Amino acid sequence: MIQFEQWEGFEGRIWKEEVNVRDFIQKNYTPYDGDESFLAGPTEATDKLWGALQQLQKAERAKGGVLDMETEVVSSLTSYGPGYIDENLKDLEQIVGLQTDKPLKRAFMPYGGIKMAEQACTTYGYQPSAELHKIFTDYTRTHNQAVFDAYTPEMKKARHTHIITGLPDTYGRGRIVGDYRRVALYGIDALIQFKQEDLANCGDGTMTDDVIRLREEIARQISALKGMKKMAEAYGYDISQPAKDAKEACQWLYFGYLAAIKTQNGAAMSVGRISTFLDIYIQRDLDKGILTESQAQELIDHMVMKFRMVKFARIPSYNQLFSGDPVWATLEVGGIGMDGRSMVTKNCYRFLHTLENMGPAPEPNLTVLYSSALPEAFKKYAAKVSVNTSSVQYENDDVMKPVWGDDYSICCCVSATQTGKEMQFFGARANLAKCLLYAINGGVDEKSHEQCGPNYAPITSEYLTYDEVLPKYVQMLDWLAGLYVNVLNLIQYMHDKYYYEEAEMALIDTDVRRTFATGIAGFSHVIDSLSAIKYAKVKVVRDENGLATGFEIEGDFPKYGNDDDRADEIGVWLLKTFLEMIKKRHTYRNSEATTSILTITSNVVYGKYTGALPDGRAAFTPFAPGATPSYGAEQNGLLASLNSVAKLPYHWALDGISNTQTINPEALGHSEDERVENLVQVLDGYFDQGAHHLNVNVFGKEKLLDAMEHPEKEEYANFTIRVSGYAVKFIDLTREQQLDVLARTCHGVL
Amino acid sequence: MASCKTLGYVHSLESFGSVDGPGVRFVVFLQGCALRCKYCHNPETWAEGGEEWTAEALFQRVYRYRNYWGKKGGITVSGGEPLRQLDFLTEFFTLARAKGVHTALDTAGQPFRPDDPAYLAAFDRLMANTNLVILDLKEIDPERHRQLTGKDNANILAMARRISDLGIPLWVRHVLVPGLTDDEEGLRKTADFIRSLKTVQRVEVLPYHTLGLFKWQKLGISYPLPDAVPPTAEQVKRAEELLEVSRYPG
Repeated sequence: MIQFEQWEGFEGRIWKEEVNVRDFIQKNYTPYDGDESFLAGPTEATDKLWGALQQLQKAERAKGGVLDMETEVVSSLTSYGPGYIDENLKDLEQIVGLQTDKPLKRAFMPYGGIKMAEQACTTYGYQPSAELHKIFTDYTRTHNQAVFDAYTPEMKKARHTHIITGLPDTYGRGRIVGDYRRVALYGIDALIQFKQEDLANCGDGTMTDDVIRLREEIARQISALKGMKKMAEAYGYDISQPAKDAKEACQWLYFGYLAAIKTQNGAAMSVGRISTFLDIYIQRDLDKGILTESQAQELIDHMVMKFRMVKFARIPSYNQLFSGDPVWATLEVGGIGMDGRSMVTKNCYRFLHTLENMGPAPEPNLTVLYSSALPEAFKKYAAKVSVNTSSVQYENDDVMKPVWGDDYSICCCVSATQTGKEMQFFGARANLAKCLLYAINGGVDEKSHEQCGPNYAPITSEYLTYDEVLPKYVQMLDWLAGLYVNVLNLIQYMHDKYYYEEAEMALIDTDVRRTFATGIAGFSHVIDSLSAIKYAKVKVVRDENGLATGFEIEGDFPKYGNDDDRADEIGVWLLKTFLEMIKKRHTYRNSEATTSILTITSNVVYGKYTGALPDGRAAFTPFAPGATPSYGAEQNGLLASLNSVAKLPYHWALDGISNTQTINPEALGHSEDERVENLVQVLDGYFDQGAHHLNVNVFGKEKLLDAMEHPEKEEYANFTIRVSGYAVKFIDLTREQQLDVLARTCHGVL
Repeated sequence: MASCKTLGYVHSLESFGSVDGPGVRFVVFLQGCALRCKYCHNPETWAEGGEEWTAEALFQRVYRYRNYWGKKGGITVSGGEPLRQLDFLTEFFTLARAKGVHTALDTAGQPFRPDDPAYLAAFDRLMANTNLVILDLKEIDPERHRQLTGKDNANILAMARRISDLGIPLWVRHVLVPGLTDDEEGLRKTADFIRSLKTVQRVEVLPYHTLGLFKWQKLGISYPLPDAVPPTAEQVKRAEELLEVSRYPG
């Protein structure tokens, strides 16, 4: 058993024998079931720093979305000296550390693909370095290059037609959450020691591929841990030992996260479940009388300010997929422990309170791990923050806990992962709506008119019948699932080889569980299309080549989103069928296959490449996002829509089922108290039925319209809305995305 | 109780209502109304017709949403004018009350027949299964009421008194249209009347809005208030003071 003087006052044994942060939390945290009255407002320092940062954000917007970019230095743990929000205010920063030497300056990260790194520069008017170009093309290879070298023609075609798209072959896969708490609890030296033991015990000397690869990976992890120490030294901190107080705990933890975002530009770079962990340190200092509530809030505010500053250099195609410059610095609060105790601490309040102290913001992606059994006061406070900021999402702890335990984090927008014990192979999504058109058209793409899928016999009858379409769809789905899994196997292999996440993996157990995260796009449209074929009459409109280009629907049919079992059961069938097709296939490193029904904002891009569908959706228009019912399909209001989504079994979509709903404030209640109470009721009712996720927006269409027309108004600078699984500043969305948000159902009875 | 085969005629179902009664509510809009209020925002519910439902089937449909209701919420039946389908309504509310579901009736009271003993007995049976009546009081002055809605209001006021005498909680609502339903004398008289009732828990001023206007156009009926505008916040506040809203905090 190891011992440190920094641990004085902490209970428990197991976490001292092995790296086990969960055990430390369970033995030491203090549940809080009171209300928010203890919270402190922003300090003068917070106001000053946040004011300076807002000026920088304003300048960033004025410059077209990027304030500054690196072109000469390859980002690494130690490639920069210290950087601050403002040199003149640096003494005010309680938590320090920037990705580069300047605030909001985007680092140069070529390992995912030198082409993309360079394209990101030129897009924003920066000239990439010729020397780095030579190094990363002539002397070494990058992930993107390697993937494209190995792709088959069929894979390239499927990618080109967007039946499979959004793949992490032009950007980092992300979704790996290092257990950044370990840096604070153990200090780097102890973590190195544990990893050295793992290396010594890796294999019995027989050098199989697996052993060789893992030994190299552990060695890289150890070197990353050493790099973290040097990185912290630049800021004047020695993080070789455990953190001794709350401030150090916040700082050490943040350095762990900083290591990740200096070395990886993954699509999602989550922070993880840190609030209750940090509360233990804060509570110890409060009890000792060496910290005040105001100082505690300041630490959290300053830490969150850093999460609000995370930036990556992105290319236009990435921005189309993931609109509004998101990084998914997802951070969780709430939840209930395996022993039944609420894991809500005062620190969960402090994190939510940052949205009041510094106003709404899309990052960190604040997520409440919800259960109707959470303390009432906390549910109300979270709902109040939601009503006022539209910046919070909710995920059902009751369905996630049985699968992931009580120390999971959200690794992307909505996907759960066991903190420090697991990694995910993120794999974007397959377009199941386009696949239905392939089934009808015999594998010919309706947009490019090329043979993209297998040339199975097309459907030639004038009217579509369920009995004819369904077997053909299943056959085509099976082809798609096979191709999709193999594309992902290839991508993940190359990502491990060329862009391995050593800094994050150094903070995860060596014996790691891997999940293989596939995904579904076009969900609601497939359901409604099949329902139309089954319950109405669908006539096919064909062009001169016999290609189905449109559909005429005669009669009414049940639609997903109305709590109508006839439609909803098609959705349940679709999910199960696709998951089984994925699961029966070999997945890279024997990872566990999962799937998701979440699309981020890629619903717009997917829709853009997909022809008209039998549900009446016009060609090349956006899909509904995630598992959200189609626009205009809902006839019976919000709860009927929620009930439809709640029927999808979470354990068949362990990677997440995202649902986004917008409620008009007037429709939620007359007063703030009523709105808060009613929102809590909605959340209780939805999650008690086993639903997984809900994004809650509370605003009216008028506000969106005004913000579109007058983005310059001060009140819209931080106007944040929830989209599929994350939040964005509305004015940062493309016009196309803004119109899409506007078109979505805004629930509110007249 | 009437036979369980009575059919109800439903205009639409709204699974999430939160302003028509306490808490989160399922709102059933029944079809048909005899009033022709000039500011009506649901003129499509006037005519006969609608989807046929038995009370049992409708209740099974609605009861799916019990998870969302908590301690306060429940079912509201609105319209159209729900009292036109008294037997159906009574069956529906009886089923709901048997499961302990909170029931609210949102009515303008026009079908009430104070001089018909059989009607009153049936009405009382409904009230025995009603937890709350939300009464839309259009106008206190009989003549002005006729001008606004096309019908008399004596029976409506009588209904309010009967509900009050039966001890059923009441919410009273008044739609505020500047220049039409906001005269000081009328509002004072309305306040006097409300004060004479014993079970009023809440009084609400509903600001007139034009969101229902497109429905008139769709139905091809000319809109009788082309120049009406929504009241300002000050006008609403003044009406709330005249109606003594703060006396009824429920």
